[in-house]
Amino acid sequence: MLDKIFIIPLLPLFAFVMIVFFTRWKEKLSAGLSIAMVAIGWILSIVVMIETLAYHGEHVAHVEWAIDIVNYPGFHLELGTLLDPLTAIMLIVVTTVSFMVQVYSLGYMHGDPRFSRYFSYLSLFTFSMLGLVVANNFFLIFIFWELVGLTSYFLIGFWFEKKSASDAGKKAFITTKIGDLGFLVGLMMMGMFLGTFNYGEVFAKVEAGVISGGLLTAMAIFIFCGAVGKSAQFPLHVWLPDAMEGPTPVSALIHAATMVAAGVFLVARSMAIFMATPDGAMTVAWIGLITSFMAASIALVQNDIKRVLAYSTLSQLGYMIMALGLGSFTAGTFHLMTHAFFKSLLFLGAGSVIHAVHTNDIQEMGGLSTKMKTTALTFIIASLSISGIFPLSGFWSKDEIIGSAHEHPFFMVVALVVAFMTAFYMFRLCFLTFFGKPRDEEKYTHAHESPKSMTVPLVFLAVLSVCAGWVGIPWLSHGYASAIVAFNGHPHRAEPDILLMLISTVVALSGIGLAYLMYYKGSISPEAMGQRFKPIYNLLYNKYYIDEIYDAVIIEPTYAFARFLWSFDAHIIDGIVNLYGTVTVWLSTVKYWIDAYIVDGIVNGLGIVTGAASSVLRLTQTGRLANYLLVVLFGLIVLILIANSNLLNWAFVLVGIH
Amino acid sequence: MTETIVFYLFSFIIIVSALAVVTLRNIFHCALFLILCLFCVAGLYVLLYADFIAVIQVLLYVGAVSILIIFAIMLTARLAGRQVVMQNEQTFIGAFLALILMGGILWSLTGTFIRQSAEVPPPKSLATIGRLLMTDYVLPFELVSVLLLAALIGAIVIARREGT
Amino acid sequence: MQLIHYLSLSAILFSIGFYGVITRRNAIAILMSLELMFNAVNINLVAFNRFVTPTEFIGQIFAIFVIVVAAAEATVGLAIVILIHRNWRSIDADRVNLMKW
Repeated sequence: MLDKIFIIPLLPLFAFVMIVFFTRWKEKLSAGLSIAMVAIGWILSIVVMIETLAYHGEHVAHVEWAIDIVNYPGFHLELGTLLDPLTAIMLIVVTTVSFMVQVYSLGYMHGDPRFSRYFSYLSLFTFSMLGLVVANNFFLIFIFWELVGLTSYFLIGFWFEKKSASDAGKKAFITTKIGDLGFLVGLMMMGMFLGTFNYGEVFAKVEAGVISGGLLTAMAIFIFCGAVGKSAQFPLHVWLPDAMEGPTPVSALIHAATMVAAGVFLVARSMAIFMATPDGAMTVAWIGLITSFMAASIALVQNDIKRVLAYSTLSQLGYMIMALGLGSFTAGTFHLMTHAFFKSLLFLGAGSVIHAVHTNDIQEMGGLSTKMKTTALTFIIASLSISGIFPLSGFWSKDEIIGSAHEHPFFMVVALVVAFMTAFYMFRLCFLTFFGKPRDEEKYTHAHESPKSMTVPLVFLAVLSVCAGWVGIPWLSHGYASAIVAFNGHPHRAEPDILLMLISTVVALSGIGLAYLMYYKGSISPEAMGQRFKPIYNLLYNKYYIDEIYDAVIIEPTYAFARFLWSFDAHIIDGIVNLYGTVTVWLSTVKYWIDAYIVDGIVNGLGIVTGAASSVLRLTQTGRLANYLLVVLFGLIVLILIANSNLLNWAFVLVGIH
Repeated sequence: MTETIVFYLFSFIIIVSALAVVTLRNIFHCALFLILCLFCVAGLYVLLYADFIAVIQVLLYVGAVSILIIFAIMLTARLAGRQVVMQNEQTFIGAFLALILMGGILWSLTGTFIRQSAEVPPPKSLATIGRLLMTDYVLPFELVSVLLLAALIGAIVIARREGT
Repeated sequence: MQLIHYLSLSAILFSIGFYGVITRRNAIAILMSLELMFNAVNINLVAFNRFVTPTEFIGQIFAIFVIVVAAAEATVGLAIVILIHRNWRSIDADRVNLMKW
């Protein structure tokens, strides 16, 4: 199976084609087909994982299958798949979350007029993401990268009748495209200096020093640009909160587990490049840190349930990127996996809540735990996991991340602060949504638990949120870490750090405690806190005004320039066309003049001249013989004179007759 | 010697009577001077050893054509009536041009060299002419006879009265 | 006498005849002037015959034909003059201008 993993992406592609051309009009059939393909892919991913693990022991699994497209000594382009532990993990993550989301969508999107189209988009997205994961060279991953961007545009702007939704889709596409430009430049550098895109060959050449120094740093940073765009790192993070306009299952799939993880996946894949350039790696780490801190701080004061989760995603992605930049392949990828499960659970749960009360605003909710038991329970489990509470999965992966900052105390401190904030805002969300008195009576009365198609995925993901982290427990001899070590060959502290575990637990609990005091017990009033720190509150509430800055500095000038170009173009073009028209009219007037006066004048003139001449010449026709004879005599005399003079001789000499 | 005198005499008379023909008012006088002129031309022919031509000249021109002209004058002119102006308005220019014509012909004649033969012309020409007309020049002879016939018929047809 | 004398005489006579043709109004007078011109030509021909080719009579024969043709022409011309006189009661050559524009 390991060399045939190209089948896995092709399954949802098949579903997409079938839905678009054949089963569009049968909603149930389309949905069923899509879910079936993803389910088969999920099963195949599990088979692949088992085979991969069975591999482990002698060598690390590394199976490549490729078709060469171009293979000159200086340039190598191919189409192929690579199977190694990272791929296996990603396959599981993507197919599991896709499967759950598609089942959930059956209930959530029920009654939507474009139900089949939704499932076709989901299938296409799944195909793109899986293709991205199994690709064996940077060129191929770029192709799927772009496809993922395209399908996410479709899905974010799914309810395109709402202007905010279509705008959000555009914003996502354009912002990630900016990152993709950087990625493309990096690819061009790779092609130009290394002559190949294949992972293995590239890493070998980098280690051999074919490209080094500033050039290598530049290439690494350019490739990272793609990750900055796709994983919504600062400064290209602005699209992720707006992307919440899409249906909630889409948010769960794309913005929790898969698409945004693509950036992290890319950096993880290219670890060899980043490790070879310390400057590039530190840039990556700094950007991750800044993103995680900034996003967490914004999440503290947001009132839209999905916005809070979106900023939480940004923050966690920042964690992963930071860990990778600091050199810990293990921490970054481990957290990627656990985050996928609990974040998608959180989003689906939020979707369930929204479905019940028909509002996103948490200030209008409250006390829903009594009405929606399953949703509330799974949501709280996911919140505990993300806050890093023992023994849930989040605890283990978050520890790995904080541990990776071991040599950088500043990073470690900031990471702990972010952990505190994460726990705080997550439980603020929980308390405001599920506990306390309902703030809107009408919405509360109408609320009800969601159908089975929505709650079953929630439960499944909750189980994974609890257990999935256990593969990374440090005491495990053949656990995650050692597998990664053997695979990546990079040194990693595999010993458990008890002190770190204690500190992080304390931090998490204090965060939960503060939220409890403020939002459940009410001993510290949130309003008072808001008043005390009003400037900071405004700054955070308005997302550091970054959107407004971008708008003023980039968007407005672009619009202004476009308007200028339009007016310039319209006036010049209009001017030319009108000028052409005017000139033509003027020319034709001139021609008319010429024709009427000059040409007609000549013609009439000829007539007049002939008339005048004839009225004079006819006087010679007297009709009298004597006159005629006189003239004959005259001619005769002239002839005689000519004949007798030398005129004729001269004429002949002139002409040449002798 | 005699030849010279006779030549000049005849020439003088020819020129004077010619001038009279073209200038006199009375048309009958003109006709008479024409006859005189023609006679003298016949005399000139005799000087030129062309005896037959001289006789023919007198017979045809003087005897036939002149009589014909006088008949026409009789039939058309009112001899004793009012006299019409005999010249038209072209007299001066005509005289001028005629003088130039004469001058031009004379000038070209004097500038031309004509090779003359030293042979003596035979005294009698009639027999030779007769034979030549019947042998070498029979075609023009016949044609001229046809022409005369045509002229005769034509004149009759032209001058016929209506109904006759 | 020399050839040139006869030719000169012929030239003078021709010019006088031509003057008469273009000047006279009476149609018959014009015909008479025309006869003068014919005679001038005849003198020319006979003179050439005497001085240039005395043994060949070509000049004289030519002169015969000229005389005959002149007679025929005078006949027809006078017939026309008589007809005109019959119709118009006048033989003024200036009155014959029907071909005037």
